[in-house]
Amino acid sequence: MDLRFTDEEIAFRDEARQFFREEVPEAIRRKVLEGRHLSKDEIVHSQRILNARGWAVPHWPRAWGGQDWTPVQIYLFQDEMQQAGVPPPLPFNVSMVGPVIAEFGSDAQKLRFLPRAANLDDWWCQGFSEPGAGSDLASLRTKAVLDGDHWVIDGQKTWTTLAQHADWIFLLCRTDPAAKKQEGISFILADMRTPGIKVRPIQTIDGGHEVNEVFFDRVRVPRENLVGDVNRGWDYAKFLLGNERTGIARVGTSKARLKRIRDLAKLELRAGRPLIEDRRFREKLAAVEIELKALEITQLRVVADERGHARGKPNPASSILKIKGSQLQQATTELLLDVVGPHALPLAAQDEGNGRNEPGIGPEHAATAAPTYFNWRKISIYGGSNEIQHNIIAKAILGF
Amino acid sequence: MDFDLNDDQRLLRDSVDRLIADRYDFEARRRFTAEPEGWSRANWVRFAEQGWLGLPFTEASGGFGGGAIEIALVMEAFGRGLVVEPYLASILLAGRLLEEAGEAALVRRIAEGELLGAFAHLERHSGWDLEDVATKARPRGDTWHLTGTKCVVLHGDCADVLLVTARTAGAQRDRDGIGVFLITPDAPGLTRHGVPTQDAQRVAEITMSDTPARQLAFAGDALATLERVRDQAIAALCAEAVGVMEQMHATTVDYLKTRHQFGRAIGEFQVLQHRAVDMYVALEQARSMALFATLMAAEADSPRRRAAISAAKVQIGRSGRLIGQEAIQLHGGIAMTIEYKVGHYFKRMTAIEEMFGNADTHLEQVATAESIL
Ligand SMILES: Cc1cc2nc3c(=O)[nH]c(=O)nc-3n(C[C@H](O)[C@H](O)[C@H](O)COP(=O)(O)OP(=O)(O)OC[C@H]3O[C@@H](n4cnc5c(N)ncnc54)[C@H](O)[C@@H]3O)c2cc1C
Repeated sequence: MDLRFTDEEIAFRDEARQFFREEVPEAIRRKVLEGRHLSKDEIVHSQRILNARGWAVPHWPRAWGGQDWTPVQIYLFQDEMQQAGVPPPLPFNVSMVGPVIAEFGSDAQKLRFLPRAANLDDWWCQGFSEPGAGSDLASLRTKAVLDGDHWVIDGQKTWTTLAQHADWIFLLCRTDPAAKKQEGISFILADMRTPGIKVRPIQTIDGGHEVNEVFFDRVRVPRENLVGDVNRGWDYAKFLLGNERTGIARVGTSKARLKRIRDLAKLELRAGRPLIEDRRFREKLAAVEIELKALEITQLRVVADERGHARGKPNPASSILKIKGSQLQQATTELLLDVVGPHALPLAAQDEGNGRNEPGIGPEHAATAAPTYFNWRKISIYGGSNEIQHNIIAKAILGF
Repeated sequence: MDFDLNDDQRLLRDSVDRLIADRYDFEARRRFTAEPEGWSRANWVRFAEQGWLGLPFTEASGGFGGGAIEIALVMEAFGRGLVVEPYLASILLAGRLLEEAGEAALVRRIAEGELLGAFAHLERHSGWDLEDVATKARPRGDTWHLTGTKCVVLHGDCADVLLVTARTAGAQRDRDGIGVFLITPDAPGLTRHGVPTQDAQRVAEITMSDTPARQLAFAGDALATLERVRDQAIAALCAEAVGVMEQMHATTVDYLKTRHQFGRAIGEFQVLQHRAVDMYVALEQARSMALFATLMAAEADSPRRRAAISAAKVQIGRSGRLIGQEAIQLHGGIAMTIEYKVGHYFKRMTAIEEMFGNADTHLEQVATAESIL
């Protein structure tokens, strides 16, 4: 047993580190590290830099731009990317719809969509959740009915992240209302410009605009936009969710945040001394670092175990990563709030989406502390809430 | 021992509760925060008519001689309604300081709602320590002149009088040499810059450069007076926090009973019931400590008073964080939207946690004081 990486792995890590720091613009990475919103152009620009290097979709099949990396390489790659503040390639493209099309799509779909998804020429959004179908996704009601050469879609999706930027949406629709819940669902692709699709913004508590409602009113999409077989959409959705295994812990993101917290705690004074010298604060920081180290090793154990797992098959241990990873990311946002204290209270100037243009007050680094704390409550809710992850572990690992 | 309210207190509670229930629902509050000053002058007039603005002041200065209990009743209801008017800033901080300084004429106008005050203490690196003051007061001619910057001054943008801490002598963290000065915002050399806060209140940054000011005269030590007024304000804030937590908890329990997933109300999942129960336990612990703070707010033995107030602030901070985070989590996505009320309570709770020192700061106070038991 050895916790150290091999020389080749270290060389790979260094190569990734250098690439991220030298090729992805510092201004974009700084925004990510400071918790500020990125524009659509910045996200696209950054993904294209990765794609030009062949690194936007390393986990895809080789034929579609994948790299055949080992699970350890994928882990190192993500960790470096997160620590450097590189915006992750758009998950809807590279972790969700891409792998599903690569595995189950027709040749025509692969050819048409995969290269454009990798290069973010098409921006995809995920139309799964509905007002009545959150944790209980299989109860979704948006329906698609075949009419000649078209599917006619009626219904509503919600919480659709960044639909305002999207060119395409992949959605789960009910195609057999008579079948058992999970068995009458299909996976369909729709061009967002199709008549009858309407996007309505939802503002989140931090003032940002990252989610939307998407309405479908007699939306006609070509029959060939069905992925795989009709009524098999639930299997594809499970495959999609099972693909996201180790990235979700976002250990690198928490490492980067903790580094920032340490730096800022040198600048902020308490009782006339730098906060970083305060024993209670240091102990709180240490407690989070201990848990993060544990999670990192747990994650590496899951990574090592990956080799024995079939692709696209959910590994229930990844639920540990989701639970602990989200809790620790949230803990770092609370530490950051502790660091800036009352200076977190004034609303920042021109924080995208809040619609004001008064200049702000107070230290600039304080401006994102509270919005980040508020916004990051979401990560224990989406992608299968932490309660649902508990249910998965209880069933699949503990055998209840 | 007696936890009951007397008749007058019951009347007061009923009238505040009624006004908040009738006139301060979530929609109404949205309108108030959209007004130019970020709060409603009409509400202020109404509060004055009800006598709430004069509540803490003695009858001699135009008040109603209410104590910490009366204040707590008002503040708890304000917490339930997420009231945005400058009650804490103008009445409980500025008004009370003016009263301690024997400024009866000004207090009377504040109690009538005709004059607004704000308390400007916090600096970039002071934290909430009242003795940590870098702003300088220098005598010239027969007035003082202040130079320095005050941050996050609650409702400092609409105030007609600013009560500013400044140092007449000593080093930045000396307990001696601190004065409280009265400045009007049109004074030369003063600029102020108001912005909304995360929780839809208003704050200002105030910069003074050789700004003429009048020093307030207190019967005793200025710092001791400041500490007493601050402690009373914290007790009031704890009561407000209880109102905030109560709403978050009640809204969550309601939601669990009505939201259906997997063919049943999600409240039927026992694990969620237990989480709601833990929130409830935290709420009741907070309520008890807010009561402790209220009953200790007038304690003359200042170390005992300060330890009690700090203990309450710790409990409020911890219960508030748990209840706030759980309220969001148990709602799921809906609580992340600005159109749903729980997020607004969560944000107010977060702001309360960061005001006058967070739970860590106050834990330190309790740990270094005589046992509160
Ligand atoms: C910021 C954000 C972005 C999102 N982006 C997208 C997106 O792009 N595309 C998309 O399709 N969806 C998206 N979602 C939706 C997300 O996946 C759902 O919010 C999530 O599935 C939870 O559903 P819900 O919000 O309806 O909560 P509910 O399912 O109503 O859950 C409410 C509470 O009940 C708990 N609960 C539910 N069932 C059980 C159970 N059986 N046992 C124990 N507890 C239970 C939940 O854990 C939660 O605490 C996003 C959500 C957010 C907040």
